[in-house]
Amino acid sequence: MKFNTLFLTCLKALVRNPMRAALTVLGIVIGIAAVVAIMEIGEGSKKQVADKFSSMGTNVVTVSGASVSTAGVSSGMGGRASLYATDATALMKDCPEFVKAASPVVRASGQVIVGNLNWSPRSIMGGNEHYLSIEGWKVARGRSFTDKQVEEASRVCLIGNTIAKELYADTEPIGQDIRIKDVVFTIIGVLDTKGADGMGNDQDDCIILPWTSIRTRLMGSSGTATIMKGGAANSGLSVSSTSTFPTSGVNFYPGCDLQPYTNAPHPLRTRTVDSIAVQVADGKDPSSAMDAMTPVLRRQHELEPGVLDDFTLRDRSQFVKMMTDTTSTISSLLISVAMISLVVGGVGIMNIMMVSVTERTREIGLRMAVGARPRDIMWQFLLEAVLLCTIGGFIGIAVGRIASYIVSMQMGWPVSVSVPAMVLSVTVAAVIGIVFGWYPAWKGSRLDPIDALRHE
Amino acid sequence: MIELKNITKVYHLGEIDLPVLKGISLRIEDGEFVSLTGASGSGKSTLMNILGCLDHPSGGEFWIDGHNVAGLNANERALLRNKRIGFVFQNFNLLARTSALENVMMPAYYYHPAKSTAEIRKRALELIELVGLTERMHHTPAQLSGGQQQRVAIARSLINNPGILLADEPTGNLDSTTSVEVMNMFRELNRTQGITVIIVTHDPKTAAFTDRAINMCDGLILDGVSDELSATLQK
Repeated sequence: MKFNTLFLTCLKALVRNPMRAALTVLGIVIGIAAVVAIMEIGEGSKKQVADKFSSMGTNVVTVSGASVSTAGVSSGMGGRASLYATDATALMKDCPEFVKAASPVVRASGQVIVGNLNWSPRSIMGGNEHYLSIEGWKVARGRSFTDKQVEEASRVCLIGNTIAKELYADTEPIGQDIRIKDVVFTIIGVLDTKGADGMGNDQDDCIILPWTSIRTRLMGSSGTATIMKGGAANSGLSVSSTSTFPTSGVNFYPGCDLQPYTNAPHPLRTRTVDSIAVQVADGKDPSSAMDAMTPVLRRQHELEPGVLDDFTLRDRSQFVKMMTDTTSTISSLLISVAMISLVVGGVGIMNIMMVSVTERTREIGLRMAVGARPRDIMWQFLLEAVLLCTIGGFIGIAVGRIASYIVSMQMGWPVSVSVPAMVLSVTVAAVIGIVFGWYPAWKGSRLDPIDALRHE
Repeated sequence: MIELKNITKVYHLGEIDLPVLKGISLRIEDGEFVSLTGASGSGKSTLMNILGCLDHPSGGEFWIDGHNVAGLNANERALLRNKRIGFVFQNFNLLARTSALENVMMPAYYYHPAKSTAEIRKRALELIELVGLTERMHHTPAQLSGGQQQRVAIARSLINNPGILLADEPTGNLDSTTSVEVMNMFRELNRTQGITVIIVTHDPKTAAFTDRAINMCDGLILDGVSDELSATLQK
């Protein structure tokens, strides 16, 4: 029998008993609808979580110095001032397929003064012209600083919304002067609101300026890991015990390879950076990007084979992934519950197909008498079950979409259309049709034509 | 040509072997119009099932057009039935809630190699016309009288141009007038199209329409024909 005639035969058989077909398929419809609705709601909340955390800058790999150990005391991550601004340039130049943008990052802390007001921002960050886009900042008003301003260590800065509110309640901050640690900077832009980060810290309480400006103009920017941590380690241990004047014992170059320093004409303070923020190219996996970046950095730092890396790479998206994974786990759990109702629906299909085979024994006998082979009968009933389930699957998708729409309207939960959910549901429905339709179809095909014809 | 050589059929009912056919030898030439008669329990239904390739004999040889079909498996027998044998049943066995036309077309869907639907439809329309139901071809069995249903069944049995038509008590559910109509139709088909027609019946009046009656008794073919039947045939 040709497939299209078989298909029509099955369809007609279903249409002949519309009420029964509808009731049979109800279990599948409910099951599929539940799966689709749950998957869409799950997908929606996953997206919401991801959106929330993308303000922290996702798809960003942070390069920081490795830890340094002085007299048995480890400094912790980034204790070694081994990163240079040139590393950022090298990363952009040498692995362009993985690195979209890279920016040196330096941190400072201190007081800012405007007129008779003062404020201590949560963070004063320095970067290059790519820094804002890497960290996911948008400029609400004004503009960002240019590469030229970075090169010239211009006295320009952008302020976060919180600072704008605190220090410039009613006036426009752009073009105004602001004193950061007693150095006068010009505000060229106000950043768009980001809100709190994943830990509840106010991200808008910040000032961003060219990293060169921090390094060259904010003298006491002891945010640099080297001086602060290395110094602390020395002053805490060796310095106090060996020297009367602790400062003279401060080691400004703790535990670094000497070679880069011998070639270095600049003071360490202006050359090294605290970390490097790297934005991974779109569609690339952060971990593969990290694999590509490692050799570049090793070459930059002229590390011999066998020497341990003097830097560490961290994938910031891991935190986001953890959060979305949690949502996924919960929705998978719910989906597996919904799957149970699908199995129940499948048993319903099997039940009705058994009844149908018994009821149509005469038809089977006749079809066999006029030349249908057992496999033709098998295919007919199997296709009928699959057709029933697939139609149920499509109706289920529609019902599920409506349900998730109602949920999103009524409860304000985020919903996102999930194509995999639809493909999966129809596949699952068809598989249920095959699994639960197989036995009745097999039973039908095993009938003896003589007995089947005589069946009353 | 159909030839049976010493055909036996034994049913196994638990421990007991029940021989139903005890060595049937029979020869039906192409284009014959024969009836198979006998009291119930004489084994005529079993013989009909074997003749119709619905069942396989326990022993003996069964030749259709020079092919031994006794040893065919279920699939091969299905194909043979589809191509060579047309069935007409006592209770018509039409598909419920399906139009007469579609009932006629149904066996052709199992034809191998597959025919196009248009081709099948064309042939079905011819046959519907042959049995005189053109105006009622879209009616379902429930909307047709017994005689009309049996005519649909005859049209259905002819869809694949079979050489043999096997009718099991075709007049059993019909009144005498329609019975005559239906039997005349069989004779017409036999005479004009040369189809071998085998009518299984217990009714002497029906058997009388045929050219030759094969009388069965107790699993064997009786030599000659019964007195009652011969008397009817004489008329």
